[in-house]
Amino acid sequence: MAKHKISLTVNGAAHSAEVESRLLLVHLIREVLRLTGTHIGCDTSHCGACTVILDGAPVKSCTLLAVQADGAQITTVEGLEQGGKLHPVQEGFTEKHGLQCGFCTPGMMLSSVALLERNKNPSEQEIREAIAGNLCRCTGYVNIVKAVQYAAEKMR
Amino acid sequence: MIPAPFDYHRPQSLDEAIGLLTRHGEQAKLLSGGMSLLPTLKLRLGAFEHLIDLNRIRGLDGIREDGGFLKIGAMTRQSALERSELVRRKFPILADAVPLIADPLVRNRGTIGGNVANGDPANDEPAIVIALGATLVARGPKGERTIAANRFYTDLYTTALARDEILTEIRIPLPPAKSGGAYVKLKRKTGDFAVAAVAVQLTLDAKGAVASAGIGLTNAGPTPLEASDAAKFLAGKTPDANAVAEAAKRAAAIAAPSADHRGSVEYKKEMTRVLAARAIHKAAERAGGK
Repeated sequence: MAKHKISLTVNGAAHSAEVESRLLLVHLIREVLRLTGTHIGCDTSHCGACTVILDGAPVKSCTLLAVQADGAQITTVEGLEQGGKLHPVQEGFTEKHGLQCGFCTPGMMLSSVALLERNKNPSEQEIREAIAGNLCRCTGYVNIVKAVQYAAEKMR
Repeated sequence: MIPAPFDYHRPQSLDEAIGLLTRHGEQAKLLSGGMSLLPTLKLRLGAFEHLIDLNRIRGLDGIREDGGFLKIGAMTRQSALERSELVRRKFPILADAVPLIADPLVRNRGTIGGNVANGDPANDEPAIVIALGATLVARGPKGERTIAANRFYTDLYTTALARDEILTEIRIPLPPAKSGGAYVKLKRKTGDFAVAAVAVQLTLDAKGAVASAGIGLTNAGPTPLEASDAAKFLAGKTPDANAVAEAAKRAAAIAAPSADHRGSVEYKKEMTRVLAARAIHKAAERAGGK
């Protein structure tokens, strides 16, 4: 089985790798690029812990092949902080207590960031819909919604 | 979970993809959004030696009106359908359904072509293309052919597509005036498949009676089902409470679901009846009936 040489941009940095066809994007991110903020939860495309932003759209990186991301621009949770300053969404999660155990948080934040890039002033319903593919089992949705609202305000 | 090894191909053109399909035959599988295929490979419910990725072929996506049809490229993402003003305005049946497919992250990758061509009776868009009287366009080594949506599904995960054919486009006739559609789905939670769901598209005549109707059922048997008896019953009748109730009963009569964690056979058949009544009612209302 042939290997594939791929190059992609992750959090603004160019990377290239030689990957097996079956390597999943989440494994490339965690085990090859060592960016372990992207989590593996259910591994069956339900929980959204593995969410990354791929060419502007949040996707589940456990359900994509690494080779499919050849040429793509990817943002992981490590790319949200810029120059020591937290992204407004990260700040919102801190200020509004948008997490307990933190396992879903990277995915939750990336879905929220992608939402706010499309919609500067989302309603509560729109926020809930945008994070519908991200499960929080600490049941912190109320505070997560508040965190996104905080960030929306801050970004306007 | 890691899929069993396979070779990955990334054709740049449809002809190249068809060539790969022809060469690798039974051992090849097309990769569209991958939202069903990747879990299948990871859970090892299926294995293929060759994956042919359609994502880099230009011209396979897009939503446009042309020659009396809404033409949707097979590689059009669910999220693009969800945001399409054209879809929202003219096809409420799709506008109802798409936001209920899986979740937003999955809809950013999943395509209408994959949903339609996978042959999974639990998918939502098959019942819709049946209700809409859509035509499916396929390309193979011998060129292009069209298949009526209601003749496309032959068995569980089995369609009228030949091994070396690729679904390229879904053509939906633009509905005449006084038309309406609805998709009503019962699901336990976001991300789950339907317990039952019903797609209805109908057109009313000048007197408010049903001129024509199409009804499709999701997850009601080994294939998506066309409830043609129910649709024929509605034709010529005013869609009042009695007519709707009888048509819904006839739609549910053809449902042959299997029992699983989503419910018993009896429950699912009953839900099909209830949802059919709601969908017919809503479609008639949108057509300007009441």
